[in-house]
Amino acid sequence: MQRVIVGLTGLAAAAVLAVAPAHADGTVKIGLIMTYSGQFADVATMMDNAIKLYMKQHGDTVAGKKIELVRKDSGTGGTAPDVAKRLAQELVVRDKVDIIAGFSLTPEALAAADVGTEAKKPMVITNAATAIITTRSPYFVRTSTALPQPIGTLGGWAAKNGIKQAYTMVSDYGPGIDSEGAFQNAFKLNGGQIVGSVRFPVANPDFSAFAQRLKDANSEAVFIFVPGGEQPAALGKALAERGITPKTMKVMSSGELTNDDALKGLGDAALGIISGWTYDHRHKSALNAEFVKGMNELLGGRNPDQFAVSAYDGIHLIYEALKKTNGNTDGDALINAMKGMAWESPRGPISIDPETRDIVQTIYLRRVENINGQLGNVEFDKVEKVKDPVKEKMKADGKLTADGLAK
Amino acid sequence: MIARHISLLFDGFAYGMLLFVLSVGLSVTLGMMNFVNLAHGTFAMIGGYTTVMLMRSAGWPFFATLPVAFIGAAAASVVLERVLYRRLYRASDLDQSLLTIGIVFVSIAAAAYVFGTGQQPVQLPGYLRGRIEFGDFSFGLYRMFLVASALVITGLLVLGLEYTRFGARVRACVDNQRMARGLGLNVDAVFSITFALGSGLAGLGGALGIEIVGLDPNFAFKYLVYMLIVVAVGGLASIRGAFVTAAMLGVIDIVSKYYVPEIGAFVLYFVMVSFLVWRPAGLFARRT
Repeated sequence: MQRVIVGLTGLAAAAVLAVAPAHADGTVKIGLIMTYSGQFADVATMMDNAIKLYMKQHGDTVAGKKIELVRKDSGTGGTAPDVAKRLAQELVVRDKVDIIAGFSLTPEALAAADVGTEAKKPMVITNAATAIITTRSPYFVRTSTALPQPIGTLGGWAAKNGIKQAYTMVSDYGPGIDSEGAFQNAFKLNGGQIVGSVRFPVANPDFSAFAQRLKDANSEAVFIFVPGGEQPAALGKALAERGITPKTMKVMSSGELTNDDALKGLGDAALGIISGWTYDHRHKSALNAEFVKGMNELLGGRNPDQFAVSAYDGIHLIYEALKKTNGNTDGDALINAMKGMAWESPRGPISIDPETRDIVQTIYLRRVENINGQLGNVEFDKVEKVKDPVKEKMKADGKLTADGLAK
Repeated sequence: MIARHISLLFDGFAYGMLLFVLSVGLSVTLGMMNFVNLAHGTFAMIGGYTTVMLMRSAGWPFFATLPVAFIGAAAASVVLERVLYRRLYRASDLDQSLLTIGIVFVSIAAAAYVFGTGQQPVQLPGYLRGRIEFGDFSFGLYRMFLVASALVITGLLVLGLEYTRFGARVRACVDNQRMARGLGLNVDAVFSITFALGSGLAGLGGALGIEIVGLDPNFAFKYLVYMLIVVAVGGLASIRGAFVTAAMLGVIDIVSKYYVPEIGAFVLYFVMVSFLVWRPAGLFARRT
């Protein structure tokens, strides 16, 4: 029934748009679905300010059309996918947007997939990072990351650089399980051995039990994935209390454990943590310096993180696609324009894979060091043009259509 | 081997003590005033932000901020009690829930507006970081401090309630409000002071908790479930109940996550349901 209703609303919207070509007045409406409130509000703070910054730098008109944002808060229901779905429907039917962007969390993107497909609206994912999302609609494009990109890269790097054994600790939900698989696969493929693993609940206030399990495992190294927020610092402190620091065990993680907030909470216990990630505000390039300066102003001195840069690239992609279609907002035209597009982002060179509509980007290997009295990530190695290994494997196994959809 | 288990039990106990400090005020106010105060976490959050702001902006040492966190939360609660809560003392549970849950939402939005949506990390003094080792045993210093604080607070509460004149009044008001009123006790004043004390303790808990559980605007909601579990299982208006339950929940939570991480997140709730089936009014209910 749900599907039928969605289908009908989608068709209705398509019909309306077909009769009255979108916004003769010359505006392009972009609907933003983000967690403006609730547990993940900071993700939306970063993304929204990055979009503001881009529009401040590049103006709010592109290809003769004025860009208008319609913001929808998906944070009130926690991680409720039905809220995101309803918001997507409202954006399409009531607000008549041309493009949907945002999606703080994987469940939101998955829930909105059908709506975008039926209404033929490009959906630009600027955070949700589970690998398979882009295989659920031909109108999905992603400018953040598929988690297995950085994590698989990290796993391969670890095995190739002399680490023989590793233990994995991840949060028990989509992205965590994705990371666990990506790290373990890449690590084993390159000759490493997984000595154990544990998954903790997504909402977990105290990590001491898991820290003890890790200690019992007597592993040479550990890989950790936790979502942002209060958890990275809480977990890091629980490890330090058990005497587990990079001095006693090789600690590897995604970028969440070593972002600014987490490092402030962790203090010197974080020195030496190695992470594989897409972006750090210390990345050296002229474009990034300008980006960080602009974000500092908007965020009251805070530094941008990967959420911010992903949204900045998302809105850039929309601008460039509109330029290419000369302001034509037809969904298929925009998606075609986006496929294969390559540009210089504050994080380095990136492009959109024409086959999967997912991002292709450089993955940086970084180590936490003391930089003039402040802890930060220092890039010491990188792998260029990394594609999502999960979809590459699906492609090799013949499980991906030519449109990059799951068979 | 044994050392590992003792360290684990200790961690669980310390976590339980944090829950105790956060919840004991709620237990007392809920039991005593029959007021469903879901905004208890808001007062904890006020305490947390007080500590963060004093440490960061004014450069206060951690310890000096704790009394201010207590007083700040208590003062905020007095204002809310006078302005809003008072009007709903005789209203239904639903009305009270709606008001206080509304206050939680407002406080979250206000905190996000004023302090931003990010985490508020604090750097503790060096002597509270790290751990102490006795042979095979190792205990986190901060957790030891947490346990000591909770024990002191419990001692003061028990002494205050059992051996002082004010404590006798509080007990009288809890046990039989009408009779207490009839005997000439100023029940409203006793309520106000107790409410402020309970909220102040929440504020102190919020400040103490930053190191273990972090602080962001959502704090007001995040620990409400744990607070309510402690109160429901422990029994209303029972300090002993809140203490025993919080300690037990902390230990069960940590131990179950250690031995059966696959279902560790659910064990706590299973235990709660079992206890409530066994004793619906709570383990140490003063009234049934």
